[in-house]
Amino acid sequence: MNKLPSWADVVLVPLISLLLAAMVAAIVLLSIGQSPSEALSIMVEGAFGSANGWGYTLYYATSFMFTGLSVTVAFHAGLFNIGGEGQAQLGGLGVALVCLALPWPHWTVALLAATLGAALFGAAWAAIPAYLQAKRGSHIVITTIMFNYIASAFIVYMLVDVLRPAGQMDPASARFPAGAKLPAISDMPFLRELFAKLNADGTPKLTKAGVAMYSNVPANVTLLIAIAACVAVWLLLWRTRLGYQIRAFGKSEAASKYAGINPVKITMIAMLISGALAGMMAINNVMGESERLLQNSAEGAGFIGIAVALMGRNHPLGVFLAAILFGFLYQGGAALGLNTTIPIEMRIVVQGLVILFTGALDQMVRMLLVWVFSFGRKAAA
Amino acid sequence: MDYETLMQILGSTVRLGTPLLLACLAGLFSERSGIFDIGLEGKMLAAAMAAGSVAALTGSAWIGLGAGIAASLIFAMLHGVASITFRGNQLISGVALNFLASGMTVLVAQALFGQGGRTPPLSGAARFDPITLPFVETLKDVPLIGPLYAQVISGHSILVYAAFAFVPLSWWVLNRTRFGLRLRAVGENPAAVDTAGVSVVGLRFAAVAITGVLCGVAGAYMATALQAGFGREMTAGRGYIALAALIFAKWRPWQALGATMLFGFFQALALRPDVVEGVVGVKVPVSALDALPYVLTVLVLAGFVGKAIPPRAGGEPYVKER
Repeated sequence: MNKLPSWADVVLVPLISLLLAAMVAAIVLLSIGQSPSEALSIMVEGAFGSANGWGYTLYYATSFMFTGLSVTVAFHAGLFNIGGEGQAQLGGLGVALVCLALPWPHWTVALLAATLGAALFGAAWAAIPAYLQAKRGSHIVITTIMFNYIASAFIVYMLVDVLRPAGQMDPASARFPAGAKLPAISDMPFLRELFAKLNADGTPKLTKAGVAMYSNVPANVTLLIAIAACVAVWLLLWRTRLGYQIRAFGKSEAASKYAGINPVKITMIAMLISGALAGMMAINNVMGESERLLQNSAEGAGFIGIAVALMGRNHPLGVFLAAILFGFLYQGGAALGLNTTIPIEMRIVVQGLVILFTGALDQMVRMLLVWVFSFGRKAAA
Repeated sequence: MDYETLMQILGSTVRLGTPLLLACLAGLFSERSGIFDIGLEGKMLAAAMAAGSVAALTGSAWIGLGAGIAASLIFAMLHGVASITFRGNQLISGVALNFLASGMTVLVAQALFGQGGRTPPLSGAARFDPITLPFVETLKDVPLIGPLYAQVISGHSILVYAAFAFVPLSWWVLNRTRFGLRLRAVGENPAAVDTAGVSVVGLRFAAVAITGVLCGVAGAYMATALQAGFGREMTAGRGYIALAALIFAKWRPWQALGATMLFGFFQALALRPDVVEGVVGVKVPVSALDALPYVLTVLVLAGFVGKAIPPRAGGEPYVKER
């Protein structure tokens, strides 16, 4: 069989998969009587057209980086972790417990502690399916799915019966103390220039005292942590002994066992890291945005991690780019739900299509490309 | 808990266990042929939406059933193309189709009815009504058997009885027909089947199609018999519970009946917190009962299964040698 050049495999295959997904999404829109081009322009306007839109796009992208990395690490160990959603919800519980425990003096201290709490709770939620897979051979795909359902029931219980302050009606925790408030990107030097308010003629809007004004955005300091996590996962997988063991185990369990790699240990470690990454998403949404724990706090970001990891070809750089793409889809999808009659569920359709084309039909795209490339070779000969 | 309450719970066990049973048998055919299918959930959901919508538009539950089967078959064929023809990852294909179904059902239902992704409530001929079996009145006064017959055995829709009939039928097809022998063989050793001159691809597509039909019935049952109409995410993880039941049943039809009725019983218990409280003696939080079927599924997967050996070629695409 003809091989594709490696650049085509890395760049062209995901791009064409994405294009195919977009085409099918357009057909879906046409068949429910909507205009795809209009929908796309509303999405672009909603996601990139304003500082506020940009801020939300980056905010969602931050969450998706964590969940995408979570799926990536498990994938490299040959494990399919569909439990990111539940792990992220538990991470939210960890954040809430940490933030409510003390009157935090400064956000840096609170952030450090909350990150630990989120990672710990996320990892703990992944530990049981991991143990069952490693020791009892229960299929991790099904156990992690079950744990998503158990997580949401558990969070409802915690919110209704434990964390809800007396006298409050809605099932949510108390607000976090002011010391645990994370700075938004628009509060940070240099980065805030992205969100400068502009006059109609493009000059920066100034206050009466002559100071530049910035839009308030939900994207927060967690974005930097997410980027650091991308680098850390890359270092882990390709620059450490543990990462090598994880990848070897994922490629061939039998061969790695023969080489002295302990399958129980690698399964456990890979899933703990995966769960911790999914849990860390909670510092973005729970600590950075809602500032209290709500029901269903992860809002499907755990599942989007699957699409992000597949689209990003299980590489941290790819995950970073795919997360921004999905941030756009998510924020743009919200704009669709707000400004048109297209239901917000359109983004779940797109998500499913991207997973289908990049994850399951990638062989089809590859065959297509091999066929196209063979023409090029014949022409050259 | 008195006998009457027990009978009520067993009656709803049958009603709630039926979609699980149908989905479980559906998964059984696919997985015995070597194709993993975690897209049972999505197929059921798509079928529920199609059946609910068409039943609402035509006023006929039977046409709705046909539409449900057709919708589920489309998803099954997509799974077949991705995992058999293009040898894609079967787990990922299943996940993708589940998301696709989750979004598409709301989109289509909203485009058709504009009621927030629901179908209008169904009534009359648009639903499968419960059937009262003969002799219910005659047996009414017989102790023990009377209530059992009236509550548990009689009074279900025709799809429930069909689902139970599918159990021996599936057993017979798998174990007593040539097609069944080949289907099982292709899940264990596709190369041997290929050598014998039988099409691996054809057999696997046939199995996936049967999966589609059974999931279609399951979804139609959800929307037109168990409930009166389609609502978003109405399958609520039943496809996954059916998968767990399939493992529990070790990929065998009669055991599938037992496993799905057990899970149906858990779901029936979750609907009756008062009864659970009475038996256990302490107040149980509602969310604990909601989580009960899922927790028990994990417990079952963790250890009480014995050794569950899946079909050997499951999940691996077959590459024909040239």
